[in-house]
Amino acid sequence: MKKHIKKWFSLDLNDKKKKDDQCGCSGGGCNSGPKETKDGYNQVFDVNMNRRQAFKKLTAGLLIGAGAANASCSVTGDDASKEKSEIEWEEYFKGNYKLMSDEERDNTVDRLVRSYELRTGSKVNLSSKDAEPDVLFGYAFNISKCQGYMDCVNACVEENNQDRDSQMQYIRIHEMNDGKGLNFGEADDTYYHEVPAAGHFYMGTQCFHCDNPPCIEVCPVEATWREKDGLVVIDYDWCIGCRYCMAACPYDGRRFNWDTPEVPEVEVNKNQHYLGNRLRKKGVMEKCTFCIQRTRNGKNPACVEACPTGSRIFGNLLDPESEIRWVLENKKVFRLKEDLGTEPKFWYFMD
Amino acid sequence: MKVFKKLVKDSIIHMTYGRRSYHIWMAVLTVLMLVGMFCYSLQLEHGLSVTGMNDRVSWGLYISNFTFLVGVAAAAVMLVLPAYILKDIDFKQAVLIGEGLAVAALFMCLAFVVADMGGPARLWHIIPFIGVFNFPNSMLTWDVLVLNGYLFINLSIPFYILYQRYQGKTPNPKIYIPGVFISVFWAVAIHLVTAFLYQGLQARPFWNNALLGPRFLASAFAAGPSLIIIALAIIRKFTDFKIEDKTIKKIALVVTVAAQINLIMLISELFKEFYAPTHHSESAYYLFFGLHGKARLVPWIWTAITMNVTATIILTFHKLRNNLNILYFACALLFIGIWIEKGFGLIVPGFIPGPWGKIVEYFPTLTEIGVTIGIWAMGAFIFSILARTGIAIELGEIKFKK
Repeated sequence: MKKHIKKWFSLDLNDKKKKDDQCGCSGGGCNSGPKETKDGYNQVFDVNMNRRQAFKKLTAGLLIGAGAANASCSVTGDDASKEKSEIEWEEYFKGNYKLMSDEERDNTVDRLVRSYELRTGSKVNLSSKDAEPDVLFGYAFNISKCQGYMDCVNACVEENNQDRDSQMQYIRIHEMNDGKGLNFGEADDTYYHEVPAAGHFYMGTQCFHCDNPPCIEVCPVEATWREKDGLVVIDYDWCIGCRYCMAACPYDGRRFNWDTPEVPEVEVNKNQHYLGNRLRKKGVMEKCTFCIQRTRNGKNPACVEACPTGSRIFGNLLDPESEIRWVLENKKVFRLKEDLGTEPKFWYFMD
Repeated sequence: MKVFKKLVKDSIIHMTYGRRSYHIWMAVLTVLMLVGMFCYSLQLEHGLSVTGMNDRVSWGLYISNFTFLVGVAAAAVMLVLPAYILKDIDFKQAVLIGEGLAVAALFMCLAFVVADMGGPARLWHIIPFIGVFNFPNSMLTWDVLVLNGYLFINLSIPFYILYQRYQGKTPNPKIYIPGVFISVFWAVAIHLVTAFLYQGLQARPFWNNALLGPRFLASAFAAGPSLIIIALAIIRKFTDFKIEDKTIKKIALVVTVAAQINLIMLISELFKEFYAPTHHSESAYYLFFGLHGKARLVPWIWTAITMNVTATIILTFHKLRNNLNILYFACALLFIGIWIEKGFGLIVPGFIPGPWGKIVEYFPTLTEIGVTIGIWAMGAFIFSILARTGIAIELGEIKFKK
């Protein structure tokens, strides 16, 4: 079994020797390789650092802010708006989700749910569920089957509450020309006509949830990181909107809210996750999370479920019985821009 | 403390008096700053959608200007070295101006970065020990450190010197010389770190290039001192501050060498991109010749190259360079040429074509241009104040009286 794991998931670009040393561990723990160990160390290190920082910040924040908060509360008379400004105040000074304690996470979730209720009168189901042990998500895309229907794109937009005004889409479907191979330069990712069009084939890209993602390294405030189940996520409330991650992503996987995102209240998907499809604000990054709100509850991402052709396969790479493992072991799979050493967890194959 | 209070008071009095042309200049700058603030308020309200940037070209005019101005700030202080360490008297007058310019450029840099942020209200997240500072992984955190450190150095050294002069004392070299040494190394660091910001991205082949850092330095040491020469020329004309021809000519020599090196590196870059073009040369093709009929940057880059080459040729000939009027002209050409080349000529093609070959062109909107002009006006305003006070103290026009 160990052999299988190495076969589909090795960081063989850089430190071959180190990896062999580390892979002495058993079963699922072996998935990570040297890169992830470093991440883990960093995370622990940062938690320790940040407890102190959060404490400092809170004290400082309260001292400076007490006057302003009082003033704003007394001006606005009724209870609802008072509560609203209190929530806004707390939310403004909260820390980075990655470094929050469970209690802090619960508190901010409660605040966000309450804030939405105050604004719209309806409740959302906001989860802060952590990664399950022994889970590492991966994705495979069958180029032979995709017909370019874009049902995945629509399902994604509806599921993930993307801004309707700017028509933000996490998934891009590239219409390629037959006989030209995988030529992205000549492909069209904004086509609007009946599909499948003669002389074309189709291929989708989105965030590949790299195992060595360049985007998380460059973030100056650690607002984006790799979760234990391999999902690369963003804390929308911690992001300062510098867009450095966007420049660092070789796969065009990230999107920015150039304006305040608008989703009509009736269309809002109320089943949300803190790191997933909860409503975003102006000036922050977002991207595909493999539908964290669904996949952490054992469901497939919306794009996989919506695909009418069955070209999209999703699953747990650590489960030897999973469909994704079958694909990786039995098909001739490849990944895009492997030379960059990003180790995407998104494979392509053909029948 | 009493001295400091008096200094601030005297400076403010001195800043607010002056001849008519000075008042007009400051009034114009104030109006431009107000226009910039209005444009920025639009941006705050509607988000960065009021700019020409989008998901395909996600950095534009702001980051371009930021990059260029880091160079200006870095170069200004390179004049410090000969003045304080080599005891080269000629440079001494230029140094104060240079450091004032560095401070102004740094304030502009910081303003451009803040203007580019999607969530300026959340900027406290980046403050070390209060927010989360992703050091040393993110080059942006390095940049925050070096830029602010450099700003601190460049404020404190001239302040110490002027503060002593103000009281009629001679500044103690043992106190400021170590600072000067640090600031020279720091100047190289801020520009290299800023280059690494782009150079380290494997996703953007146009930037992911070992020559980027050195080329940043060369172009900076051409553009920065050019601006100083122009500033000195203006100061010489309008104030009693005595700057000898010799000083200007010496700085012109620095500019010349830097401009020549910059051209050599440009040739090396062009050779690499076009002799055996690969997939990674597409951005360069877009920049210099246009790609698939999209060629918005082509006139700009050729203008820039023409300006650079012309200026370098003028500077290379002693006869032309030693004629001050021609020198000023060449410096202006060089400054604008490098502004185009190291500004949007560098940043925008990094995003074109996009990771999947999509070509979406970028052009700044009026709001974006308004904010940019406002920030430049702010820089000029800061520089005017600093230069005016500094010169007055140096000339002994304002002195501490008990």
